Amino acid sequence: MLFRHVSTAIAVLAVSSIGVFAQGAKPTDPQIAHIAYTAGQIDIEAAQQALKISKNKDVRAFAENMVKDHTQVNKMALDLCKKLGVTPEDNDTSKGLAKGAEAKRAELAKLAGAEFDKAYMANEVAYHKTVNGALETVLIPSSSNAELKSLLQTGLKIFKGHQQHAEHTAAMVK
Amino acid sequence: MWMLAAIVALAQAFGYASVPRTPAPKVVQIEIDKVAFGDTPAGIAVGDTVEWVNHDIFDHTSTSKTGGWDVVVPAGKKARVVMKRAGAFDYFCRLHPNMTGLVRVKKK
Repeated sequence: MLFRHVSTAIAVLAVSSIGVFAQGAKPTDPQIAHIAYTAGQIDIEAAQQALKISKNKDVRAFAENMVKDHTQVNKMALDLCKKLGVTPEDNDTSKGLAKGAEAKRAELAKLAGAEFDKAYMANEVAYHKTVNGALETVLIPSSSNAELKSLLQTGLKIFKGHQQHAEHTAAMVK
Repeated sequence: MWMLAAIVALAQAFGYASVPRTPAPKVVQIEIDKVAFGDTPAGIAVGDTVEWVNHDIFDHTSTSKTGGWDVVVPAGKKARVVMKRAGAFDYFCRLHPNMTGLVRVKKK
């Protein structure tokens, strides 16, 4: 099993990736494409939840931008897969990410007002930090196709911006 | 009648000669590509317009760190700011704060 250490926590993405891939079993391009797409989709869904619950204008502006940017990156990813004739392949890391996100959404759904805003923004900071770490240390170095690598690098620049934007917004809702 | 024409011509010639020439305000462009601001053209003066041209598929902003301006530069579009003060102005993208740039504006 390639990603057997994946559990429900999103933070496990980086840990399991480093632990497993250090042994030489790096993810394939179709698996990388699936992980990147799933990570983006999770953040879109989190933002959609925020737009339903939050009334804070800064939090809403952040969430709106997450929907826009991640939708664009995922569209680029799907277009590239189509062009390369690659079918994204589901894997344990993607499944772990999806499961962890579901648990987080259920947790956030119980909150409202400032409590929700704080928890959502804190999770966005942590989530982008983890995904960016995984992109830098595992996904980008493991990708074989130059166009996929370039797309992931562009994604990383955008997501690093999101991390800073999230940190700034999180500081405002403290 | 010819005297009036001569006086007007003289006045115009005198006025033209006495007022120092100031260059007309210009428009300069800064490209945005691959989540980064491109180089800022040199020689921007007060009254000139800076136009950011966004080649990305993501919306960005050009936001002065000192509050001078804040414009959205939508994906695939342009946005303009007239530089009203001389100085060196750091700016960034509010949506992706890792994107930064600097505009130097000289006096007219």
